[in-house]
Formats: sequence, C-alpha cells, structure tokens
Amino acid sequence: MNAPVVVPAVAPAVAALLDRHAGLKDRLPGARVAWVEAWRHRGAEAFRAGGFPTKRVEAWKYTDLSPLRETRFEEALVATDAHPALPAEAGGEEARIVLLDGRFRADLSQLDTLPDGVRIDSLAALLGVGDAALRDILGAIAPADLPLAGLNAALAEDGVVIRVAPGVAAGRVRIVSLGTAPDGHAVAFHPRNLVVLGAGASLTLLDGAHGAGKGVYWHNAVTEIALGEGARLTHVRLQDEARDAFHTALVAVRVAAKAEYDSFTLVRGARLARNEVHAVLAGPKAALHLNGAQLVDGDRHADTTTVIDHAAPECESNQTVKTVLAGRARGVFQGKIHVRQVAQKTDGYQMNQALLLSPEAEINAKPQLEIYADDVKCSHGATVGELDHDQLFYLRSRGIPEVEAKSMLVQAFLTDAVSLVSDEALRETLLAATDAWWDGVEHPA
Amino acid sequence: MLKIEGLTASVEGKEVLKGIDLEVPAGEVHAIMGPNGSGKSTLGYVLAGREGYEVTGGTVTFRGEDLLGKEPEERAIAGLFLAFQYPVELPGVGNANFLRQALNSVRRARGEPEVDAMQFLKLVRAKVKALGMSDEMLKRYVNVGFSGGEKKRNEILQMAVLEPAFCILDETDSGLDIDALRIVADGVNALRSPERGMLVITHYQRLLDYIVPDRVHVLLNGRIVRSGGPDLALELEEKGYGEFQEAA
Repeated sequence: MNAPVVVPAVAPAVAALLDRHAGLKDRLPGARVAWVEAWRHRGAEAFRAGGFPTKRVEAWKYTDLSPLRETRFEEALVATDAHPALPAEAGGEEARIVLLDGRFRADLSQLDTLPDGVRIDSLAALLGVGDAALRDILGAIAPADLPLAGLNAALAEDGVVIRVAPGVAAGRVRIVSLGTAPDGHAVAFHPRNLVVLGAGASLTLLDGAHGAGKGVYWHNAVTEIALGEGARLTHVRLQDEARDAFHTALVAVRVAAKAEYDSFTLVRGARLARNEVHAVLAGPKAALHLNGAQLVDGDRHADTTTVIDHAAPECESNQTVKTVLAGRARGVFQGKIHVRQVAQKTDGYQMNQALLLSPEAEINAKPQLEIYADDVKCSHGATVGELDHDQLFYLRSRGIPEVEAKSMLVQAFLTDAVSLVSDEALRETLLAATDAWWDGVEHPA
Repeated sequence: MLKIEGLTASVEGKEVLKGIDLEVPAGEVHAIMGPNGSGKSTLGYVLAGREGYEVTGGTVTFRGEDLLGKEPEERAIAGLFLAFQYPVELPGVGNANFLRQALNSVRRARGEPEVDAMQFLKLVRAKVKALGMSDEMLKRYVNVGFSGGEKKRNEILQMAVLEPAFCILDETDSGLDIDALRIVADGVNALRSPERGMLVITHYQRLLDYIVPDRVHVLLNGRIVRSGGPDLALELEEKGYGEFQEAA
C-alpha cells in the first residue's frame, strides 16, 4: 500500500509571495532566458521549502521574523519616479551607483569617471539580454538553501553588476541604496548585486543602504562576490535604513588563492536587521577580514550571522565584531568558522564583544568553531559588559557631562574594530555615523 | 573657599568620615595627613562626588554654593579638581582628545569659547614640556601603559590644562621617585596662586618638603584630631601617628 503523500503546508505569507513570483515571472527581467528562469525557479523552491525561518531553525534561533512575515508588502514592479535627496555621505568625487528601492538608476548614478576595465551595469539590463557571462556566477556563490536569498532570486527585478578586469585598480566606487515607502505603502524589494574582480584586480566599495523616509519597507538584498586570484576588495558597508524598515542582507563571497576580502559592516538602522555573510576561502593563502559594529537602540533588533569556510590551506581569517545596545534593543552575533580537513595551516581569529548600556538590552552571542584539520591556529573570544563606572566617574570628574562621557566610552569600545578600516576617509564616515547614532539614542534622565 | 562642616559619610554601610570640620581659604594650601584607613581618600572622593560614597550628614560649601548636591561634572565646572591616587585607564580614548574634551566642557559651561585642535596643541605642549612629559604621551590612550609616575604627571597635566580654582591631590606622591616627585611638586607649585586653594592628601611628610602647606591637619578614624602649621608635619614624621591614636 502506498503511503499517503504528505504535502507540507505552506504558510499564507509564503504562499502569497510564491503567488507573486508566479504572477510576475513572465515580466521579470530575463523571463525568456532559460538559465535565468531556472535560477529563479530554484530560488522560489528554496523559499517554498524554508519559508520565513522560525526560531526553531538553528540559524535563526535568536531572530524572530514574525513582524516581517506579518507585514503585507505592496506589489513589486511599482516604479517610483520620486527623487529623494541622496544622503549627505553620498558626496565626493568617486563613481556612484544609485539604487532606488532596489532599482539601478542610471540617471542618479555618476559613472563617467570609471577607469578602463571597470564595467558597471544594471542587472536587469544584463538579464534582459541573457548575458552569458553572469551564468556561472549568479546563484553560484550564495548557498542554494537559504530561503530569503531564494526569495530574492525569485523576485529580483534589478541590482548592480560590477566587473573589474584582471590587473585593473578600480579605485573607489560607492553604492547608495535608497529605500522609500512611497505614499505610505509598505514595499519590498529584492536587489541582487554581483561584484566580480579578475585576477590581481582591486576595488574599494563603499556600500550604503539608506532610508529616504519614515515608511515601512523591506530591503532583502543578496550580493555575490567573486574575487579572482590575487584580487583585493575592500568592502565598507553602512546599513542606515529607515527606523521602521526591515533589512535582510546576504553577502556571499568566494575568495580565490592569494586574494583578499577586507570588509567592515556598520549596522545602525532598521527595526529588524539581519546581516548574513557566507565566505569561502577557496584557494591557498586567501585572506578574509570580516569586521563590524552593530549599534542598536530602542526596540530594534540587529543580527549579524557569519559563516567562514576555510576550504584551502594557508588561509587567514580575522573577525572583530562589536555590538552596542541601548534601551530594549536585542543584538545577535552568530559566527561560525569551518576549517576543512584540507585547510592545513589555517590562521583564524574571531572576537565578538558587546556593550550593554541598559539593563533591558540583550545580546545573544554564539561563536562556533568546527575544525577538521590538525595543523591550525584558531582562537576566539567573547565578552559582554557594561560601561565601567570608574571610567565614567573619571571623565565626569574632569567636567565632561555624563552623556558625552558615555559617548566617549562607546567610541572607545568601538575603536579597535573601526581602526581596522585602513581608509581614513571611510573611517571618518563610520565614526560620523556612530556619532549620529548616539545623538538619536534616548538617554534616560 | 571650601568649607566643610560636620561631614559624615559611609562606604558600603560603614561610617568612614565621622564629622569633619575644615575650612580652606583661597590662596592657602592645606595638607591632610593620616595613616591608611583614616578616611583621607574617602574625603577626596566625597568632595568629587563619586558614586558609592554616601554622605550621611554635614555640609560642604564651595565658593559660597552647596557642593554636595552637584553632579561630579558640575563640581568640576565649578572649579573643583581631584588628582586621583589611582588614575583610571581609558583604552580607546586618546589623551589629547580627552584633555581637549575636558577643557572645552569646562569652557562651554562657563560661557567661554571652545578651543580647536590647533589652539589646544599649542596650549598643551608647553605644559607637557614643563612636566617633563613627551608629546608622544598625548597620542597614547589615557593612562594606558603609563608608568606610575607618568600617570601622576598626567593628573597634574590635566590640572594645569583645566586651571581649577581648587585642587585636591590624593596621594600624588605615592609611587614617585625623588626626581619625579620634584617635577610633580614644581607643577603643583606653579599653580599656587592667591585665587586658588589646595588640599594635599598624603601619608608621608616627604611631599610637604616640596609643596609646603600653610596648614596641616591630622586625620584619624574619620576625624581631624589636630591642626597646626607646617611644623606639625615634621613632628608627625618624627613621632609617627601612634601618639595621636592614643589621643583619639
């Protein structure tokens, strides 16, 4: 007798998004290109299988997505013509890419100054013509089984594709991603970005996600990064979404032999933020720096989850992540380092530290080391603390008001993470962002 | 300038100050001497407003205003400065930045214009030199990796930059060799003026060879048991605190 076929029930919120995919798929860019369609289909199936992960899923144990699941977002493909002011940080002379609600906006971007060998395109345009060069990258670096990344594939309308030819020093490029919620509607957008550096190429990418208004939106971004042999990418990310926004971001990076991915992520916006990074050290002597800081206040929730896969020998990975929590904020750090058997002579370091400014704030930290090679150097540490009363009194006894003294100690706490950003101008940008965050924090009287 | 009347205070429920009466007029340097555990440092912390030091009775007026109701930063702005016995290390806070923040906080509160980084460096460099310190100490984190002597000099540097109306020096001589002691004392003496009062807390008479006080008070078991001129310090050095203990 055949066992009855059990069809797993799909939650209504998941079903609604899958219906949206089904309804839109013929209109999404690349709809008539077989491999694009296959990529979207795989994504939709991953989302069908995983849905909105609940806290029963290990990787989401500390982050509750129900506020996101329960929000009804408007249809995609509603283009806005609004031109909100770009954030002040978006000035400067470097090349600038503007994404408005996930759409590449050539009219707002500034790409005249790119050196030869650097190509910046709209993903939609490339998918539309079925650009075969993307075929081996799109969806190939991000893990296939992550449901939100799957949803991104199923619904991505656009994004940016940055390609640097071998040996080319591309200088500095800035991405300004602006989230708006036009007419007070909640909108969701799922940009997919690709960054491909040829062998020996280099690029500094300042990657900012900003909110232009006070509305509710969901920014569900996936960035796939492939670094060729000896390439070097400095990736400074600033997450400064609107207060009521949802931000779920996946960065998936593959680092070839002798290449280096040097990143710093500052998280300071959104009501619910998940910053997930999956990095594979794929060739010998590859290097990875996954540093960052999370600044969380009020009722906000910020989650940094990273997976570092040492898949080749003699690679190095360093990670320092600091979390500052005020009010009733919740912070999460989950850091997994996986050292495969082949990855002998791995040098791994991980440090996560949290500073609690309020008795009601909470941090959940879960470092995880899985080491299958026997000749490795791996260390990790974690601390949770509050402001030091002696230090606070010392500063105040010199005339520095309490709020300012606390601000100095918060900056001091962040210093050894932020100082890992070698570009001075970018470091200043990050420090200004931490100042601005502090100014917005409610200080109990 | 500073008037303490009937001051009692406790730490963790234990009464440490048991009724202090003391008046230091502007222009005078008074020394408080006493053995370990007599309440010397507690007096300094109570005056500076440290958490955990509970005033249970008495009053302190400073420049005609109640001191004890003020927050620590308000006391600093009013012109009170405590040079710590154990200066606190501030990893991640640059020394120059700290000094300038402190100076500007005080200036801002007094309605004086703030100094920018350039003006500040000019102002501070001369003082750094006078204290036998190097510019390099301005670039380091506050007190981090400083020797005992460097920490004490850094306290005096802060005092010289902030130019407070009243200075409390808590065991500033401890941990100093004789050369460092002389430099620190010179720094303190340079700040002596008819407008400024000082309270020098010390265990040993040695410091008072260099910072000669106008008055000396002996603190024992939370009370001032005797007051006198500079000679009292010499007498103490000779006879020790034992005789006073019997008297108390």
